[in-house]
Amino acid sequence: MKALSLGNLRKTYSNGFEALKGINLQVEEGDFFALLGPNGAGKSTAIGIISSLVTASSGSVSIFGHDLKTDCERAKSCIGLVPQEVNFNQFDTVKGIVLNQAGYYGMPRKLALQRTEHCLKQMDLWDRRDTVSRRLSGGMKRRVMIARAMVHAPKLLILDEPTAGVDIEIRRSMWLMMQEVNQQGTTIILTTHYLEEAESLCRNIAIIDEGRIVENSDMASLLSRLHIDHFVLDLAEPLNTAPTIGGCQVELISDKVLAIAIPKEIGLNQLFSQLTAQNIQVMSLKNKTNRLEQLFMDLVASK
Amino acid sequence: MNYSIAFKTIVFKEIYRFLRIWPQTLLPPAITTTLYFLIFGKLIGDRIGTISGASYMDYIVPGIIIMSVISHSYANVVSSFYSTKFQRNIEELLVAPVPNWVILSGYISGGIIRGLLVGAVVALISLLFAEFAVHNIAIALSTALLTATLFSLAGFINALLAESFDDISIIPNFVLTPLSYLGGVFYSVDMLPPIWQTISMGNPILYMVNAFRYGLIGVSDIDIQLTFIMMIGFIITLTLFSLYLLYKGIGIKN
Repeated sequence: MKALSLGNLRKTYSNGFEALKGINLQVEEGDFFALLGPNGAGKSTAIGIISSLVTASSGSVSIFGHDLKTDCERAKSCIGLVPQEVNFNQFDTVKGIVLNQAGYYGMPRKLALQRTEHCLKQMDLWDRRDTVSRRLSGGMKRRVMIARAMVHAPKLLILDEPTAGVDIEIRRSMWLMMQEVNQQGTTIILTTHYLEEAESLCRNIAIIDEGRIVENSDMASLLSRLHIDHFVLDLAEPLNTAPTIGGCQVELISDKVLAIAIPKEIGLNQLFSQLTAQNIQVMSLKNKTNRLEQLFMDLVASK
Repeated sequence: MNYSIAFKTIVFKEIYRFLRIWPQTLLPPAITTTLYFLIFGKLIGDRIGTISGASYMDYIVPGIIIMSVISHSYANVVSSFYSTKFQRNIEELLVAPVPNWVILSGYISGGIIRGLLVGAVVALISLLFAEFAVHNIAIALSTALLTATLFSLAGFINALLAESFDDISIIPNFVLTPLSYLGGVFYSVDMLPPIWQTISMGNPILYMVNAFRYGLIGVSDIDIQLTFIMMIGFIITLTLFSLYLLYKGIGIKN
């Protein structure tokens, strides 16, 4: 079953800006799906329409088979949204925020209390349940929004840059949590500017640019299209000029650091053979850019 | 879908909000109206004599109560709903399967409850200064209820259309307050020159003050039946307009 189906979705704002130019997109049930794009590409508009915060100019949205226009309440009850920016009442307690959201979804009080406790414990916030939300750290506020989005056990969880601005420790714990939630059967749509995050978590991907879908495929086949890997090499001895290595582009960044673009057909063994032949000793090596980042830049730049 | 739970959630959230900030919501009207009763009713009123057979203190009590109902039912909805918009937590309701009529009725109920609660507080304080037998409790209560409903709806529309905090203070300061003071709270419309009597008839608050005064002390300058028709007409019109604004997403959706 399709968790989400967008049909020729268009949005033109009142100032004439055409944010979406007829996008078609399908997300399978159980998927962990990345929706990527540069700033202003139309991601937030698309998510806004799916979650009923933005009115579409035309086109259709179907969530688990429920049309958002004609079967609005059923469609909405399938969705949990974690927005980009904090949007809860800063004067409410953590527990109050999550409990109220359960009420909006029509959850009886006893069940709402149980679900609130479960979600706050899952987000490691149960000890802070009576804290007024404005006193929380940025990372905690994001976790409150995730707990709030999860309280009615949505079938489709939309995470709009959930890890923006949080430190790496919290980010990694949030990745684990997202994976757990997905493994339990919840379909997840993730937007993020951390492409490493999308690459490691998501199975399928769509890239949106200037209001159009420019790429929509599974992560593995997309990454396999990357023909060139970029590496940075730390050298043992300084060099005056960049060495010549057949088939590769080599740049001397500093006297002991080389940047190399190496086609997949050459491979690292051949690279190291050539370096050894020139008496160049490599101390360490790392990817210059994340693989998805490279593809993303290529796809967005080519349009 | 069980909408009653969503409705109750909004109403309890609203009640909790104005009770939590009771020094801002319940205490000021108690102090202000005590001063009204003391200065206008007691000190000045003793020298004025009677109006339409009622002592001046008895005459102004209903108007002061209904004025409090008007300002607080309006203020509750306009400030609460605009804050909800401003902090963007209106999105909590918009993403959830809550129909527009539940959102509207939840916020309006919150405004009605605060308006009537403040009215009750003022009425209790008035008992320290005035003694009167209630003339018609049904008319008094229904007038208070319809007035609170009407001004809660007006506050909701103001909040929906407002784009800044200035926009939510313009109507209370420059429309509601003048209309309330010119709505026969402290005087009978018969005391005005004929031209001002005619102009006053265009002030809807005059009708509500007089209907409530009739319910409490049996004195009115206005036809009570006409007042009820007018209030119900306004309520229906404002309800439909609010639902239209919500349906179009005006002020809350892009």
